Amino acid sequence: MKNRLKVLRAERDWSQSDLADHLQVSRQSVNAIETGKYDPSLPLAFRIADVFGLPIEDIFLRER
Amino acid sequence: MATYKSPAIRRYMIRLAVLMSLYVVLIFAAGWAFRHNDIAGIPAFALAITPALPIIGVFWAVMRLLVEESDEFIRMLQVRQCLFATGFCLTVMTIWEFLQNYDLVPAGNGGFGAAFFWFVGLGLGAVYNRVTIGTMGSCT
Repeated sequence: MKNRLKVLRAERDWSQSDLADHLQVSRQSVNAIETGKYDPSLPLAFRIADVFGLPIEDIFLRER
Repeated sequence: MATYKSPAIRRYMIRLAVLMSLYVVLIFAAGWAFRHNDIAGIPAFALAITPALPIIGVFWAVMRLLVEESDEFIRMLQVRQCLFATGFCLTVMTIWEFLQNYDLVPAGNGGFGAAFFWFVGLGLGAVYNRVTIGTMGSCT
């Protein structure tokens, strides 16, 4: 699934480690999600949305 | 920047160290006891099984790791590793068994049982994760 994590991180000047700290997950998890190698569970997707203060659908994009 | 370190992996490493230390002590103790004493019957069975207990403990530690790991991506990598190890172990043991059935290899396993190949499979599973997903799942 495509997502805007990299852009949203860049807007906040966060590294992958910074975002990982906010989410309480490993940096590898952030990298895997960001590069589309891993789709997060719904609870983790909500946590990501909470960290960025955005709805999930503004972060994760439907693949058409 | 603080690095995320999984408490579950830390606990697993401690359990593994304790169990492996116990295994080394028990394997030598059991061997010594069998060489220097005339043990038979139920005590012999009990003594022979004793070194197997820490190995079984390692299986428990791995399963606890899967239960306790809170990072879902890391947990997925660990589950893939275990599945790879199980498939690898079953494949090796099945092939070996058939080679023995047709007397192409000697009977017995020379000390390399299913557990040994499962642990080898865990290592290969980590490599498989690295090749297919790009990380072995280290939490450091």
